[in-house]
Amino acid sequence: MSQIHAHQVLVVYTDDEPGVLTRVASLIRRRGFNIHSLTVGPTERAGVSRMTIVVDSEPARVRQAVEHLRKLVNVLEVEQLGEVPSVLRDLVLVRVATAPEVRAEVLQLAQVFRAAVVDIADDSLVIECTGSLAKIDALVDSMRPYGILEMGRTGAVAMARGSRALKPARRAVPLRTGTSPEAMSV
Amino acid sequence: MSEASTCTGAQLIWESLLREGVDTVFGYPGGAILPAYDAMVSYPIRHILVRHEQSACHMADGYARASGRVGVVVATSGPGATNLVTGLATAMLDSTPLVAITGQVGSALLGTDAFQEVDITGITIPVTKHNYLVTRAEDIVPAIREAFAVARSGRPGPVLVDITKDAQQSRSALDWEAAAPKRHQRHLPAALDPEALAQALDLIRSAKRPIILAGHGIQLAGARAEVLSLAERADIPFALTLLGLGAVPATHPLSLGMMGMHGEAWVNRAIQEADLLLALGMRFDDRVTGKLKEYAPHAKKIHIDIDASELNKNVPVDVAIAADLGDTLRALLPQVPVADRSAWLDTIREWRGDSAVRDIKNMPDDGHLYAAHVMHDLWRLTKGEAVVVTDVGQHQMWEAQYYKHDGARSLITSGGAGTMGFALPAAIGAKVARPEAEVWVVAGDGGFQMTFAELMTAVQEQVKVNIAIINNGYLGMVRQWQAMFYEGRYAATPILSPDFVKLAEAFGVHGQRVECRGDLASAVAQARAEEGTALIEFKVEQEDSVYPMVPAGAALHEMIRRPNALAETGSDPH
Ligand SMILES: Cc1ncc(C[n+]2csc(CCOP(=O)(O)OP(=O)(O)O)c2C)c(N)n1
Ligand SMILES: [Mg+2]
Repeated sequence: MSQIHAHQVLVVYTDDEPGVLTRVASLIRRRGFNIHSLTVGPTERAGVSRMTIVVDSEPARVRQAVEHLRKLVNVLEVEQLGEVPSVLRDLVLVRVATAPEVRAEVLQLAQVFRAAVVDIADDSLVIECTGSLAKIDALVDSMRPYGILEMGRTGAVAMARGSRALKPARRAVPLRTGTSPEAMSV
Repeated sequence: MSEASTCTGAQLIWESLLREGVDTVFGYPGGAILPAYDAMVSYPIRHILVRHEQSACHMADGYARASGRVGVVVATSGPGATNLVTGLATAMLDSTPLVAITGQVGSALLGTDAFQEVDITGITIPVTKHNYLVTRAEDIVPAIREAFAVARSGRPGPVLVDITKDAQQSRSALDWEAAAPKRHQRHLPAALDPEALAQALDLIRSAKRPIILAGHGIQLAGARAEVLSLAERADIPFALTLLGLGAVPATHPLSLGMMGMHGEAWVNRAIQEADLLLALGMRFDDRVTGKLKEYAPHAKKIHIDIDASELNKNVPVDVAIAADLGDTLRALLPQVPVADRSAWLDTIREWRGDSAVRDIKNMPDDGHLYAAHVMHDLWRLTKGEAVVVTDVGQHQMWEAQYYKHDGARSLITSGGAGTMGFALPAAIGAKVARPEAEVWVVAGDGGFQMTFAELMTAVQEQVKVNIAIINNGYLGMVRQWQAMFYEGRYAATPILSPDFVKLAEAFGVHGQRVECRGDLASAVAQARAEEGTALIEFKVEQEDSVYPMVPAGAALHEMIRRPNALAETGSDPH
């Protein structure tokens, strides 16, 4: 698992229409980023989807990617979290091998992480946990010695803290559309 | 046709194009686009039948670059659509506004690998600003309207609209107003930041050795007058990128000439010595910066471009302004102090003197024909007033160095992509857009062989272009690299050509061959006098190289200079 500090989190609001995910993913691939996680889902507004993308890169390069994303026609707005305080949550389901002699230990550890046990078999438990990337990493690491049989993570969903509504980050001015006067005169 | 009655999707395509002001499209028919072609005959739109869809894109590109209007391409599904890819990439990298309309298999067949089905919207994502897959007639007008708005707005570029055959065949009402585009306005540039403007003014005021780096964006923004006012008012010389040539006049006293890999030595030197770079509508491509670490080490940098993603991308700058160039300069100009920078201009002039003695153009005639001479003479004979459309290679660089472009949109060339085969089709498009202009193709023997089938298009459509083939028997630019960096191993660069004069004849085009400088003027006069397309093959020195040259990855001032023009080719100067 790569270090938390290299993670950069982008929140991308897009039109909810076919092909948007391909476009965003294609752009990020094309600009040479490795996607750590990408989640998509609906928002409070009909027709608007929200992606949380975690990439491993320096902030300056990610800022460049933000400018590229802003050029996509079906992208409404892009926020680069990390520059503002934010909440970030990942969810994991992990199936841990639990021989009878360690079962109690595993249950206790799960409790420490405020994780829930959502399935019990004779020789394993499925544990569910929500939290920051760091917390989930720590939980997973603590389970490793017992034997992780299966694991799935959703990828991060993130949101800035404080009271704020979605609004364009930049004030817009009317743009001249059509051809330039010079263009027509030659 | 009244707005209320319904039309077929095919009719809606043409209705939309007409309303967008389209008078000409470049295309090639096929099954999936046949309904659109069938409807076309009822509309007053000229269709130019190309010989390959790639050329349709280049023609639309030339049309757009010559006129500032949106170029339009039509092609069928499958191979028709995939043939557009190189042309779209070329337009994308050079910010040309294009709309490509492709037919697609019926919507029920999508995703089934049906005959001539390819996922062209998937394929073209990275080479278009945006694209659409339209499966219903009622979505055609909104898609085409938005496509035009996207193609033209901000930093222009190509947009593709893929329309299924059933969408073309079914009916829908035409509601033009309801289809008004909005989404292209989502990412308008921010309002001008007064603080950034103030910082820029401070830098301009205190600069002793400033240079304007003039790019293609000046043309696209129509900001020629503003850039000239800035230069003249503040007495700042300007250097041009390849695509910036013509954006501001070459013969202006403050014009230095082209920068970069094959830029003038004094220009690159001036950039390396400058204390301020004003980058206007250019993007610090690796071909103009050389080694980034050593680029303009003493200079503060101001970068103005409408595309925010270009700012601080390659070169970190002190002031970055993402805005329309004309708007920005109009806001700045009243506060720019009138200045006299003659000391700086004199220094550059001295460097320039050193280059003149090495200039092949100033060498005595040794009876050989040099491409540089051809370009220089062509410039003189056409009084610098032609629209020149160049291909890619050595001849492209010689044209840029020796044809002095004063007029806006007078040089059309594939800069970002460097697409061989571009010149002839793009020239046909340019001539269609500006029939009153004298249009010259300057192409290499290699690149001309990539798309010369379009000679027949020129004949069929009665489009007159003049063609100069610079025949050096090599893929010259690659040969030059092999000579300089691969110990002269000419792997796959010698290239045979057909007899171009006979070839011209076969197409019904006037053809001539010129082998010495003395015959050049009369041949050019003859070609210009011909009513139809005329071709001249110039048999030039085979192993000449383009100088100066900044080797890829070297610092901008580390130029390879022309040792001695005539000694270099092993000929006796007298
Ligand atoms: C489609 C395409 N293929 C390959 C290249 C690589 N390339 C750049 S210049 C060049 C040689 C061009 O030869 P020619 O057209 O004869 O022009 P010259 O350099 O001799 O003037 C080649 C092969 C390219 N730019 N475009
Ligand atoms: Mg050649």
